[in-house]
Amino acid sequence: MTAWLANPGWLLIAAGLLLPALPLRLRQGLLLAAPLAAIAWLWQMPQPTIVEAEFLGYMLTPLRLDSLSFVFALIFAIATFLCGLFMLQVRSRLEPAAALVYAGAALAAALAGDLITLFVYWEVTAIASALVILANGRQTYPVVLRYLLIQVTSGLLLMAGAIIYIRSTGGVDFGRLGLNVPGGWLMFLAFGIKAAFPLLHNWLQDAYPAASPTGTVVLSAFTTKLAIYALARAYPGTEILIPIGAVMTAFPIFYAVIENDLRRVLAYSLNNQLGFMVVGVGIGTELSLNGTAAHAFTHILYKALLFMSMGAVLMRAGTIKGSELGGLYKSMPFTTVFCIIGAASISAFPLFSGFVSKSLILSATAYQGAWIVWLVLLFASAGVFHHSGIKIPFFAFFAHDSGIRCKEAPLNMLIAMGLTAAACIGIGCAPGLLYGILPYEVNYQPYTGGHVLSQMQLLLFSALAFTVLMRTGIYPPELRSTNLDFDWAYRRFAPALLAGGNRALARLQLQQGIERVQRKLLPRLGDLLARPGPVWGTGAMTSAVILMLAFYLLLFYAS
Amino acid sequence: MNRDANSPFLLRPPVVNRIVYSLYAVCALSVLLDFAIHRHEQLGFAGSFGFYAWFGFVACVGLVLAAKGLRRILKRPEDYYGEDEP
Repeated sequence: MTAWLANPGWLLIAAGLLLPALPLRLRQGLLLAAPLAAIAWLWQMPQPTIVEAEFLGYMLTPLRLDSLSFVFALIFAIATFLCGLFMLQVRSRLEPAAALVYAGAALAAALAGDLITLFVYWEVTAIASALVILANGRQTYPVVLRYLLIQVTSGLLLMAGAIIYIRSTGGVDFGRLGLNVPGGWLMFLAFGIKAAFPLLHNWLQDAYPAASPTGTVVLSAFTTKLAIYALARAYPGTEILIPIGAVMTAFPIFYAVIENDLRRVLAYSLNNQLGFMVVGVGIGTELSLNGTAAHAFTHILYKALLFMSMGAVLMRAGTIKGSELGGLYKSMPFTTVFCIIGAASISAFPLFSGFVSKSLILSATAYQGAWIVWLVLLFASAGVFHHSGIKIPFFAFFAHDSGIRCKEAPLNMLIAMGLTAAACIGIGCAPGLLYGILPYEVNYQPYTGGHVLSQMQLLLFSALAFTVLMRTGIYPPELRSTNLDFDWAYRRFAPALLAGGNRALARLQLQQGIERVQRKLLPRLGDLLARPGPVWGTGAMTSAVILMLAFYLLLFYAS
Repeated sequence: MNRDANSPFLLRPPVVNRIVYSLYAVCALSVLLDFAIHRHEQLGFAGSFGFYAWFGFVACVGLVLAAKGLRRILKRPEDYYGEDEP
């Protein structure tokens, strides 16, 4: 039992389970203390640490800390602390409790050394994260149902793949799998759903903007990056990931440009950033895998920062629609600055965190000579600056005066944003801090004159394009709208198809029923009637009627 | 003029103009720096003069025009799915 519980992930899960029973002050204390303890625990644990335990005849590995899992476990713990600080003023018991359990399960999943343990925590993250969304109120109910359905499907695929793999190989180890092992494709698909592969991605843009201003920050950190970790662990160098990742970087940004809900814009750009990490896994060299781990680390921080700033805007201004916002920088000056730091980081401005992590992946792609993929990534880099770097801060804080005058974000939120922003700049200015904890040794210098210049040209001319399009009136205005994405297939098309099918089926059955009556029952009835003498006594008649009534009653309740 | 004075500083047209002109200047400067700084590139074509500049500009204009076209096909009313706003 201790083999399972002596785990930094369980520390967070236990804190989350305990939290609802405590008064507000203690809840707040726990929300900060538990993640800090988890960070300290991880930091002092030697690498590698392997803890094994027997369960139902299998030798499982509840804890495996090595150079790859360390990066993800550490950033999960750090993100938990920052989220905790950001949601400190939340009065609800459900949201912080679910957030801690969710974060703890994600951390424990990153540390899981076998497929069975991974599956268990994989499912706990699904349920706990659904509760984080649900904490925002009853109106989230349909979204949560869709979200759970897709998350649980991912879990089922993982379970099916793992069972096939374990039955045919006898091993339970969660290491390098590849597509050719038994069950390999099923597990690949399970990870792909949670990593929001193209066409499997819509749960993300559907669910994340539905959570509370604080809940979305929590959601943004864990599920997708756990999937990236799982891909990096099990499918490094799987070539199909390169085109998948490249499509992921480019496809969501078109939606991001026309989306009005600024938190959904961020969800699309989250999807696009995952694409860079997926390409890194697909290339599978030490440089590219370092890039994936580094980019996951910096991405969790700047994406949390962007979601925090938009959460603060939603909380104070009461809306997060680009069409309603504008000119908020005077009301929320600190939030504006923090948002711009997050925007500069995701856009990979030199001296900000995205620059030192994304460069690894782009360079690894160039070293492979994969120039088409490289051009797609470059296009996506320009695009991400365009919609996340410029659009988000511009439409919320500048653009035009929307007339909204509101208070600055509460102090705890400002401190959380300030710390996250400091981390983004710290990593950007001293990349050695991050490079020192990556899975492989880093021989890479992001700050060369040529590299800084090329990135600045790319960003400056993207900004120029935005400016020219704005001033000529070509830039599409923010409009209240829903944009059809692939979720239309299961929210509209499939239900319509099913309803149509049902109607057709009903008609068919009715027809068959009538035919059967005509064919079988009517001649019998004729026989019956033709038979001489009294057939049914009164008792039998009454019994028949009672039976018939009971049958109707049953039908009534069943329908 | 009075309205200008009341609107937030960074949103006043003369201020915005000044910011935009500075951006033009910095853009021009960054391209000129191509003469001074050698960019060491793995992929040969990326080393050509002003590559990142024109690519960034064309990519973003293309992105916005394509997205604008997509909006014609994809845009629906806000309550299209008939659910409450979360």
